[in-house]
Amino acid sequence: MAVFLLQRLAAFIVTLLVASLVVFLVMEVLPGDPAALMLGVSARPDTLAALRSEMGLDLPAAQRYLLWLGGLVSGDLGTSYTYGVPVWELVRERIGLSLPLALIAICLSTLIAIPLGVLAAARHNKPADVGVMGFTQLGVAVPNFWFAILLILVFAVHWQVLPAGGFAGWDAGFWPALKTLLLPAVALALPQAAILARVTRSSVLETLGEDYVRTARAKGLTRRAALWRHALRNALIPVVTIMGLQFSFLLAGTIIIENVFYLPGLGRLIFQAIAQRDLIVVKDLVILLAASVVAVNFIVDLLYAVLDPRLRGGGHAG
Amino acid sequence: MKQLVVRSLAAGLFAAGLLGGTAGAALAAKDSLTLGMVLEPPHLDPTAGAAAAIDEVVYANIFEGLTRIDRRGEVQPALAESWTISGDGLVYTFRLQGGVKYHDGSDFDSADVKFALDRAMAEDSTNAQKGLFAPIASVETPDASTVVITLKQVAGDFLFNLGWGDAVIVAPESAAENKNNPIGTGPFKFDRWVKGDRVEMSRNPDYWGEAAGLAKATIKIIPDPAAATAALLAGDVDAFANFPAPEALGQFENDPRFTVAVGSTEGETILAMNNAGAALKDVRVRRALAHAIDRKAVIDGAMFGYGTPIGSHFAPHHPAYVDLTDRYLHDPEKAKALLAEAGYGDGLSLSLKLPPPSYARRSGEVVAAQLAAVGVKTEIIQVEWAQWLDQVFKGRDYDLTIVSHTEPMDIGIYARDDYYFNYDDAGFKALMAKLGATLDEAARNGLLAEAQEKLAEDSVNVFLFQFAKPGVWNKDLVGLWENSPVQANDLTEVNWKE
Repeated sequence: MAVFLLQRLAAFIVTLLVASLVVFLVMEVLPGDPAALMLGVSARPDTLAALRSEMGLDLPAAQRYLLWLGGLVSGDLGTSYTYGVPVWELVRERIGLSLPLALIAICLSTLIAIPLGVLAAARHNKPADVGVMGFTQLGVAVPNFWFAILLILVFAVHWQVLPAGGFAGWDAGFWPALKTLLLPAVALALPQAAILARVTRSSVLETLGEDYVRTARAKGLTRRAALWRHALRNALIPVVTIMGLQFSFLLAGTIIIENVFYLPGLGRLIFQAIAQRDLIVVKDLVILLAASVVAVNFIVDLLYAVLDPRLRGGGHAG
Repeated sequence: MKQLVVRSLAAGLFAAGLLGGTAGAALAAKDSLTLGMVLEPPHLDPTAGAAAAIDEVVYANIFEGLTRIDRRGEVQPALAESWTISGDGLVYTFRLQGGVKYHDGSDFDSADVKFALDRAMAEDSTNAQKGLFAPIASVETPDASTVVITLKQVAGDFLFNLGWGDAVIVAPESAAENKNNPIGTGPFKFDRWVKGDRVEMSRNPDYWGEAAGLAKATIKIIPDPAAATAALLAGDVDAFANFPAPEALGQFENDPRFTVAVGSTEGETILAMNNAGAALKDVRVRRALAHAIDRKAVIDGAMFGYGTPIGSHFAPHHPAYVDLTDRYLHDPEKAKALLAEAGYGDGLSLSLKLPPPSYARRSGEVVAAQLAAVGVKTEIIQVEWAQWLDQVFKGRDYDLTIVSHTEPMDIGIYARDDYYFNYDDAGFKALMAKLGATLDEAARNGLLAEAQEKLAEDSVNVFLFQFAKPGVWNKDLVGLWENSPVQANDLTEVNWKE
């Protein structure tokens, strides 16, 4: 287990270093001067030069890279060019939205998907299966932004029971804040649930055909007991993998949903920062997201070990 | 692309009226406003950034200058209660309002004015409109309520320029923090800014002038046009002074809960041409392009019919406006003839670089089709703002581009050296110099008319349309600006009907 953890830690550091270099280089070659963007078309050259030096843009690239990396290591993410506040503050505000949203969405999607997937597998080729498959097909096909707009039309515009968008903030109270996250969470969760349910179904079906399930049945276990006691646990490995991927996606890949519900989340922050050439914010966010993806993968690996005792053996682990 | 799909889809759903709105009756004693805005300001200091969104939050609400621009575009006294101008037009003596306090409780006096103007003019100033202050020779403060500004040369638009957001008066104690905690003298004081979501402000109880009608104002940032439509319909926002989805306006016009007002702006939208380009340096080619464009079709196709055709770089609502839209009528045959005369009878290829706003991208499609009809092939290149500034504005590496010039009274840009149009004309420069030295209103208007004619004559750019400002708000709301003589959401006179 210790070897496994050390391996993972080394991979973690190397991944982040590579990511930092790549994102720095990409930002270097990206056309566009952040100072020019801030000052607009009437700015005079001396004003631009003054701002560039204030922003530290006049230093050589290697020096800026090392300064940035040094800052990251010591926990200083720097100051946003456009907002003029520490990047950490921006990230903290956005995480307060993005993390709960991702968690609610992933919980919803799991709660819907796994029972449905198992049900479909248990009732293979029966009406329940066909129904679940039909709905999930629809869920995979319908783009989430379209579904989001439907939700808004029904719950916000027609019934006016939930806000059409925006985020009240946690300091407005738990329920008002949660209320603003409900529709986006549902819009995010359903398409994810559709995918997850299909994966669960095929994975459970596959394990139901395995020898050990047949053995269990031969020992006299009912089909249901064999399913819950033996098949499901093994079937969860691919499901957990997909959930890990989905969580990483939900944390930052929700730009479109954030736009439809005008939520100030991490996805929109990174999108805005790229358009405004707030390079420092882009770089920091990419590193943070890379770190979170690696961290989620690590948790998924640990879960594999929990689910499959063969993977706990250390050195020869996958 | 996805964005576009979202928009058209939402527009379709809304237009089809799939779900009719239910009445959201306004509360009787409402004294707060939620105003929607598309772009979030990068920060809240109008003296340190060009973004219009900054002024749209703070101008006249939080910060004030010596003068202010009112809803008709006229100069009004603000922190300067009155002024006198010396006979030679060089010395302005301002008498300041008494009893003015900043939101942090500190007093306002002439020293603040000197500080603010000196700061904007300083060597290390990051004021995006530093040029506004270029005519100033010195700022003196004979006493606490008097400021004397001496100019290097006569500047006919000096009082107007002092009314810009970039010229507001800030205090030395708070100036450095204004980006995130703006401290001004205005009728509203800043409460908080939830970045990415909203800016909140409330009535300043110690305001020197007439108190604001609203107790609280929240500016909500909604970047997506479909989301803006939904937010209005759901009652989450009370108003969009500049509504981003013209395609949905018809729906609001038919909804008794809303007022729709289409006002004008200072945004001249132009098909800018690189006047130093191999083909475009020939005035016949530039005129051919002007004849090739059907402005009506551009406005209908790209702006859903909202916009006023223009024939030069000048706003139609200004008293000095001359209608030159008939100078180059839509005439493809004439365009072809002019191109042939210039040696491009076999066709011509030009690049068309389009910045991100939908007006530019949509107009670009229409313009490209119209140019193709006269044998001018365009290669559309979509660029981001940062790339546009870099390649087109700074690098002047382009043939054609479409952009809206939103600064008020900015015809002077055609006299700038090294401006991105590459238009270098001694006659026009002389005209602008003369304008700067003229104070008499009628004489100024005459010179401005001459300048408009000159730009049309030289067909410097193809002048497309004046940007409209479609506003949608709750029918019980009064006092919002319909027009945008400066980019602002002046909330001082906004109120709910009894």
